Amino acid sequence: MSADFPILSLAIWLPIVGGILVLTASDDKHAPMARVLSLIVSIATFIVTIPLYTQFDTSTYQMQFTESHSWISTFKIYYSLGVDGISMPLIILTSFTTVFIVIAGWEVIQNKTAQYMASFLIMEGLMIGVFSALDSMLFYVLWEAMLIPMFLIIGIWGGANRVYATIKFFLYTFLGSVFMLIALIYMFNQSGSFSILDFHDLKMSLNVQILIFLAFLIAFAVKVPMWPVHTWLPDAHVEAPTGGSVILAAIMLKMGTYGFVRFSLPITPDASQTLDWLMITLSLIAIVYIAFVALVQKDMKKLIAYSSISHMGFVTLGFFIGFTILRNTGSPDGIAMGIEGALVQMISHGFISGAMFLCVGVLYDRMHSRLIADYGGVVNTMPVFSAFLVLFAMANAGLPGTSGFVGEFMVILSAFKANFWIAFLAATTLIFGAAYTLWMIKRVVFGEVANENVAKLTDINRREFFVLGSLAAAVLLVGIWPAPLLEVMHSSVDHLVQQINATKL
Amino acid sequence: MNFQIPDFVPAIPEIFVLSMACLILVIDLFVKQENRFFTYLLSQLTLVVAAVLTLYVFSGKEIFTFENMFVSDNMSSVLKIFIYLITSICFLYSRKYLIEQKFFRGEFFVLGLFGVLGMMIMVSAHSFLTVYLGLELLSLSLYAMVALRRDSIPASEAAMKYFVLGAIASGMLLYGMSILYGAAGTLDLGEIASYLSGQHGEMDVITAFGLVFIVVGLAFKLGAVPFHMWIPDVYHGAPTPVTLYLGTAPKIAAFAMAMRLLVDGLQPLHGQWQDMLIILAILSMAIGNIVAIAQTNLKRMLAYSTIAHIGFLLLGIQTGNSEGYSASMFYIIVYSLMSLGGFGMIILLSRTGFEADKIEDFKGLNDRNPWYAFIMLVLMFSMAGVPPTLGFYAKLSIIQSLISVEMVWLAVIAVLFSIIGAFYYLRIIKTMYFEKAIDTTPIHSNFDMRVVISINGLAILALGLYPSALMNLCIASI
Repeated sequence: MSADFPILSLAIWLPIVGGILVLTASDDKHAPMARVLSLIVSIATFIVTIPLYTQFDTSTYQMQFTESHSWISTFKIYYSLGVDGISMPLIILTSFTTVFIVIAGWEVIQNKTAQYMASFLIMEGLMIGVFSALDSMLFYVLWEAMLIPMFLIIGIWGGANRVYATIKFFLYTFLGSVFMLIALIYMFNQSGSFSILDFHDLKMSLNVQILIFLAFLIAFAVKVPMWPVHTWLPDAHVEAPTGGSVILAAIMLKMGTYGFVRFSLPITPDASQTLDWLMITLSLIAIVYIAFVALVQKDMKKLIAYSSISHMGFVTLGFFIGFTILRNTGSPDGIAMGIEGALVQMISHGFISGAMFLCVGVLYDRMHSRLIADYGGVVNTMPVFSAFLVLFAMANAGLPGTSGFVGEFMVILSAFKANFWIAFLAATTLIFGAAYTLWMIKRVVFGEVANENVAKLTDINRREFFVLGSLAAAVLLVGIWPAPLLEVMHSSVDHLVQQINATKL
Repeated sequence: MNFQIPDFVPAIPEIFVLSMACLILVIDLFVKQENRFFTYLLSQLTLVVAAVLTLYVFSGKEIFTFENMFVSDNMSSVLKIFIYLITSICFLYSRKYLIEQKFFRGEFFVLGLFGVLGMMIMVSAHSFLTVYLGLELLSLSLYAMVALRRDSIPASEAAMKYFVLGAIASGMLLYGMSILYGAAGTLDLGEIASYLSGQHGEMDVITAFGLVFIVVGLAFKLGAVPFHMWIPDVYHGAPTPVTLYLGTAPKIAAFAMAMRLLVDGLQPLHGQWQDMLIILAILSMAIGNIVAIAQTNLKRMLAYSTIAHIGFLLLGIQTGNSEGYSASMFYIIVYSLMSLGGFGMIILLSRTGFEADKIEDFKGLNDRNPWYAFIMLVLMFSMAGVPPTLGFYAKLSIIQSLISVEMVWLAVIAVLFSIIGAFYYLRIIKTMYFEKAIDTTPIHSNFDMRVVISINGLAILALGLYPSALMNLCIASI
């Protein structure tokens, strides 16, 4: 494959065109064809994204696999794509997860199968586009366009209260993004370009930076989601079909945090420094308070949803802790570790939360209940499944040896350099995280067989085994040997640390 | 008096449409009901030939004729082409409805053509007199079209309301024009502009009065709050094809009228009318978007949505620079295309004796016909301004024009109201996709309607993926 082959474009448009093709089989009579076609498209997309890793040059922070064509000449908007060490792993995570979503929905989705599969494929293309867009308007268009398939996924295949959940989801995220749009246009008027990399070099006064930072914050905080704009997430997660929950947790939440590293930190470093207390406070509230909220949930999906919010608090903490380190120690050591830890946490949370939602999906398909109280003693009837669930739960609680540990550990370590109390509060998550996850496991998996429905459960079939097994392998791989992932990120993160240390005033 | 024969060439399209409208009126008398298709075909042919003539006389220069009362420039040619295109699609959609509701008469097309002529004159006007002439020709055709269904009580009521309020608005406009005529001593828009620049931005009481009346008259015709009361009733009461006609191409003409009056004529008073337009715009976006939420009738909802869109349109005009004008022009063309599709869908779902104009008539459309549901989905997301549909770029260019003149606060207000607006568009999608169908009658329609409405919907999406061409066209024509 030659160097200027448009891999990114292919990775974006292959699933979108594939999704449209799948739609042609929209009659439920042709559902088997739709499934097979979707699987082929999603695997092909995954294969297309592999060269992004294998041919990646880890020695540079420059954008790689770049493409650029004039798109909307009036506003100097370019169709320009490229990846660095921060976005590349997320793209692979996206294409990897989509394959499992297609497989996970194989037998479960019997109603409008083609539309279901097509929505996910189209969304995959859009998400890869978001992670690879180098033009902020292209980024914005894809970022918003993603809402359309997600809106339909929750609304059509969701649970009982799906309409409320999906409209709330849409309006919340739409509200967040429009402020970003205004900030982007404002910067276009200042710099004469919509290119994200040009924004990185744009000089702005502190007041302007703060306003832009806040506009970005609204957009990204809703997506992450950060306390107090997180309330859409539990609703959306609970009502979404399994695949929708997985995409939401594994990829969509990452877009918010990706926005922080791609936009907020490098574009408004001085405002980030001025307002880092705000970000740290919000992150700590998410980590501690939301963990308590998770503890009392009766619904498994809700519990995992809250646990996601808590874990994403770690990511934002890792991004913004650096300024305190600089202030307290005067040296930039440890900043990169916090950011890298946060990035690893993003990838790891993608695997773990996706796997947890798939596990709940497995139970839900059999029992049609997500309430913890309806289960008990699942291990007696589903031993293999229980093994997987316990593994993922341990990873969620941050057990060493799993991917959940690496990111959290790096962020806490970095926080210790900054301030003991911040680190202390962040570290409580190791206790609370273990508490809510393992308590749920205890009530669902262990103990006596709770009722006759549980007694009738059958263990996972080969399809489900394959899905959970692959994710388990990924979780363990990143947990035991995170070096390849860190190596990919390293140059880009170093460059980011330079950017946030240089003032733009 | 020294009479000169004017240069007729720039006005050839107008002359042609006038002759054809008269001709069709006569021919229609001799056409039997079963051959009514002939009238329809002739009307479509008129629009096509008018488009060809407009392209033929297009020179890329500004040409004045009829003692400077008539102008042919880039903007007028582009807008005319869109007026023909949109009217032609509107006739095409209407035919299905008119046949099904046993209402297939020549008058609809003849009046429609006279309306087109009125719009063309408005677009090309360069004098108060021609503006008013075009406006009245359009309005009178519209009054008659709304009342076309004599036996329908809502339609008669709508026509009455429309006529009375429209007449008041015309009166206001005319009064404002006469005041300015008194002050400036001329009806020619260019001369009024030079008279006003002579005042160096100072405004005496007379000019202020004239300006206020003209803006009020314009706001009435555009349907901006607080002069919007007629819109919901007329949209709701009129037969759907008439609503379709009245909600699309005349908006383009109204935009042109605003441009001619405010920009060609009253540009020196920009500082004064800017504030008025800002108030009108904010109120329109607020009332339009909020009241639309409470509607159960789709035609009424789209009426309020029109009001909100007009608010956005005014935001672009009030910037007072060419960037804002071209953004508004782009916006209004995009809006017309979307609203064409929206009302087209109502016609598509209607059948003999049944009007699909309630939101609940769209329940479960995805189960009944996924393709039509998809088209409507695109239209609704486009109206809400969600990328990658064309409606987003329309809003983008307006917001860009606002921010480039440092009016960030106005941009913030505009986007906040579009979020409120998104809610009721989402409700339509919710109805189509998330609810079970009550009415499962198969949807029948003629082949041309199916094809054109599909193209209509896909164009909104496809132009959204590549909006450059249309944007550049609008920039080139201002």
